[in-house]
Amino acid sequence: MNELILLLLRGLAVTVELTVVAAALAIIIALSAGLARMSRRRAMAWSAAVYIEVFRGTSALVQLFWFYFVLPFFGIEVSAFTAGTLVLALNTGAYGAEVVRGAVLAVPRGQLDASAALNLNRLQTLWRIVLPQAFPAMLPPAGNLAIELMKNSALVSLITITELTFAAQLLRAETLRSAEIFGLVLVLYFAVALLITAGVRLLERRASHGLERGGA
Amino acid sequence: MIFDWPYAWEILPRLAEGLVVTLQATILGMTVALSLGLALALARRSRYRLLAWPTGALVEFIRSTPLLVQIYFLFYVLPDTGVRLSPLATGVLALGLHYAAYCSEVYRAGLESVPKGQWDAAIALNLGRWRMMKDVIVPQAIPPVVPALGNYLIAMFKDTPLLSAITVLEMLQVAKLAGAESFRYIEPLTLVGVVFLLLSLVSAAGVRWVEGRLRLEG
Repeated sequence: MNELILLLLRGLAVTVELTVVAAALAIIIALSAGLARMSRRRAMAWSAAVYIEVFRGTSALVQLFWFYFVLPFFGIEVSAFTAGTLVLALNTGAYGAEVVRGAVLAVPRGQLDASAALNLNRLQTLWRIVLPQAFPAMLPPAGNLAIELMKNSALVSLITITELTFAAQLLRAETLRSAEIFGLVLVLYFAVALLITAGVRLLERRASHGLERGGA
Repeated sequence: MIFDWPYAWEILPRLAEGLVVTLQATILGMTVALSLGLALALARRSRYRLLAWPTGALVEFIRSTPLLVQIYFLFYVLPDTGVRLSPLATGVLALGLHYAAYCSEVYRAGLESVPKGQWDAAIALNLGRWRMMKDVIVPQAIPPVVPALGNYLIAMFKDTPLLSAITVLEMLQVAKLAGAESFRYIEPLTLVGVVFLLLSLVSAAGVRWVEGRLRLEG
């Protein structure tokens, strides 16, 4: 019995690893795509928009199978883990880009005028003025996206990655104790979700320090 | 390797059959979600703590755990308890339950946005709790949240491929089978992606249109 529990815990570790790696990638993607979407350069704004619409408009599982089964036909061999991480990151990043855009647009225009008056260049304005103020407003939706990402990570069990859900399937085949196994797995996922929520709350409290608007 | 149009054309009718199942699952699942979601929202607001608190906990639990695991749970556990359902029915139930939790939060926002005066007026008119909800509060709570519910309809539509995991022959499963037969995955999987994209974009435009109409009336 202990061995079986160990299998689940090892699966849980993979689920957490997938979620953390994909979330880190998704943050980078969301910031780049969100900012590119608002760019004055048409081509850039347009490609970002296409990426966002395609990944928000199709199913995450379809994207996963596409990356896993179709890419090899183009000569791109990716491991299941890479395909899984990449799709989770790209999918979440597309939703995140809209979060970034919304938060940046919510920064009052006066801040931009003030930056121009202070002779800051565009990069300085973005990095020192706009993003720090937009950040607190991004956190609550980003927390929700992190939980969505964690939940979506269960999908990669369908391309044979031995994460929590796949481990549960293996266990079930061995013991046939479906109710206990899947019940326990649901509780484990719930616990991770609670941890994410608590973490984001903590960040929110810190980020809203010294700000009069946005955030918590 | 290039996209093989004749082959894509050949598998289109099969994919269309899969699409019918996908749409069936979406419509039936949403019917469950809309009705059960309203019940959950009302139960969560109940005066009886013993009803309100567990409902709240259940909604949070369902929202925070993966739909795929919930699907497996129902698929494997229901038969053990003597309930025999087809894979499609199990899938519809799982989709319905999962999205009922999301919809209940939307309804809750709608209920909270009904002005306090309406509740007071219903009490002043001596309406019973049931009639107050049915004739005064709920009819005012729902129209403003229709766009939000529409977005969950689109989200559910995009989640129907998960039913392929329990052997439902929806569009993705059909595409995978076609791919396995011919060893060509580009055409079936790309077509499925395109169909999802087109239908999502069209439905999103529909939701925006409803939103605009509501704003005009409101």
